[in-house]
Amino acid sequence: MTTTEESAAQAEAPARQRALSGWKGRHILDLDTFSRAEIEHVLETADAMREVLQRDVPRVPALRGVTVATLFYEPSTRTRASFELAGKALGADVLNLSASGSSVEKGESLIDTVRTLQAMGVQVIVMRHPRSGAPYLAAAHCQAAVVNGGDGWHAHPSQALLDLYTIRRRYGTLAGLRVAIVGDIAHSRVARSNIWGLTTMGAEVVLCGPPTLLPSGIGPRISTAREEVAFPHVTIEHDLERALRGADVVMALRLQKERMQSGLLPGLREYARRYQITAERLALAQPDALVMHPGPMNEGVEIAPEVAHGGQSRIEEQVTNGVAVRMALLFLVARGG
Amino acid sequence: MPARTLMTADDLRRAIVRIAHEIVEQTRGADDLVLVGLRTRGAPLAARLAALIGEFEGVPVPHGALDISFYRDDLGRRGLGQRVQPTVLPVEVEGRSVVLVDDVLYTGRTVRAALDALIDFGRPRRILLAVIVDRGHRELPIRADFVGKNIPTRRDEEVVVLVREIDGRDEVLVRAREENER
Repeated sequence: MTTTEESAAQAEAPARQRALSGWKGRHILDLDTFSRAEIEHVLETADAMREVLQRDVPRVPALRGVTVATLFYEPSTRTRASFELAGKALGADVLNLSASGSSVEKGESLIDTVRTLQAMGVQVIVMRHPRSGAPYLAAAHCQAAVVNGGDGWHAHPSQALLDLYTIRRRYGTLAGLRVAIVGDIAHSRVARSNIWGLTTMGAEVVLCGPPTLLPSGIGPRISTAREEVAFPHVTIEHDLERALRGADVVMALRLQKERMQSGLLPGLREYARRYQITAERLALAQPDALVMHPGPMNEGVEIAPEVAHGGQSRIEEQVTNGVAVRMALLFLVARGG
Repeated sequence: MPARTLMTADDLRRAIVRIAHEIVEQTRGADDLVLVGLRTRGAPLAARLAALIGEFEGVPVPHGALDISFYRDDLGRRGLGQRVQPTVLPVEVEGRSVVLVDDVLYTGRTVRAALDALIDFGRPRRILLAVIVDRGHRELPIRADFVGKNIPTRRDEEVVVLVREIDGRDEVLVRAREENER
C-alpha cells in the first residue's frame, strides 16, 4: 500500500464505523443526506437480505413484533408490493393503507394520519405522495421512521438504492462508471435520487433528453431546497448518441403520456425516433453495458422491446433486488445501531 | 486492567488440532460432516477445522459461515451492533452432521440464535458445538461438545480470540470490558 492509500484507508475506517450507527428511527427521505459509507452499508446489508430471499423459505424473524405501514396517496404496484414483501420476509406485520377508502377521503390531514398510525404502534411508515416534500412534513411530525416511497418529482431513494445495488453487483463498484440516464429527467424523482446516489459513490452521470424535459437547474449545478450544490460529475447531453458513447450503464426513464398534452413534446413517435434506446444505439455504449429501467415501461417508446428483454437488460433483476434493498432499509431503521 | 494472554498462537493451533481429532472420533469419519462457523470469528476457525479433518480423513470437508444477526433475542433491545453478512452454506444441512464453530461460549444466547438460524435451512441429523474458549456464565441450557480451553472469568471481563485471517495474528486475550460494551 502506498502512503496515500494508507491514509485514505485510515480516513475511511472511522467513516465506515460511523456508518453503522444512527440508523434506528432514521427517516429515509432522499439520498442527499447519505454518505458514501452509509450507502455502502445499505448495499452490504442488502447482500445478506438477498441470501435470505434465495432460501426455500425466504423468511427470518428479524422484525418480529414490528409493524410497518405503507401509506400510498398515489397508485403504485411494484414499490408497494416490494416493501410489503420486504417487511413480511423479515417477519414484520405490514399494514397497507391507501388514500382512497380511508379517512384521507374524509379530509384527514397527512399529519393526523401519521400521528394516528404512530399512536397505534406503527414503527415504520413507508409513504408515497404526489406532492414533493410531503414525507418531510410527515417526518417532522412523528417519531415513526418515515421512508419515502416516492414524492412528486422530488425523490425516490429506495429505487435509486436498488439501482446502485444492481450496478454494483455487476461491476463490484460504482466509482468511475459512466451512467447515462435518458428521458424525462425534469419530472423524474428516480433520476434525481439516482444523481445523488451515483455521484456520492463516485460515478459520472450523463443526463440526456429533449430540452423541454431537462430540469433548468441542472448543469454544473443543481438547485436544492437547502443550497446550491455543485455537481461536477453530472453533464447534460442533448445528443443521444454522444450520451451513450462509452456508457457502462444505460438507464431509460418512463415517458409520461401527460407530457404530450402539456405541450412539452410534439408526439410519441417523434420522441421515440430521437430518444428511444434501440439495439443500434446501445451498440455505442460499452459492449456489456447494463440496460436499466425503473418501470413500468412503455415498450416501443423510451425503449425498444428487444433491448428491454435482451441479454444486457437488468430490468427484471432490478425488481428482484428491490425487495432485498427495501429489506435492508426496513431492517436498518427498525433495528439498526 | 491490561490485556493478559490466555493462549498463544501455538496453544491455539494445538487446541484446534485436538478438536479436529475429537470431532472425527465422535462422528466416526467425515462423510456427512459440515463445519459451520458463526460470523465473524467462527468462520475462519471452521475453515481451519474442515481443512484439518480433510487431511486426516482424506476427503474434502465442506465448511460454511452463519450470520445470526436476524435471530438474536436482543435485537429489539440493543439493535444491531455490527454489519450483517450473508450466510454461506456450501451444502444442504438436511440429514448431515453439523458442527457449529464459535470462538467464545459465554451466555449461550448466540448459540441459541445459531440453532434457530441453522434449522431454517433444513433438519440436520445432529448438531454439535465446538468452541475455542468456554468462559462460563451460561444463561441457557447449552453446552459445548468440543472445547479448546475452559477459562473461569468474571462478567466484567471479556475474552477476545484473535485469528490471523481477520486480525493478522492468532492469540486469546482476557481484558476488562470497555464501559460502552456493558
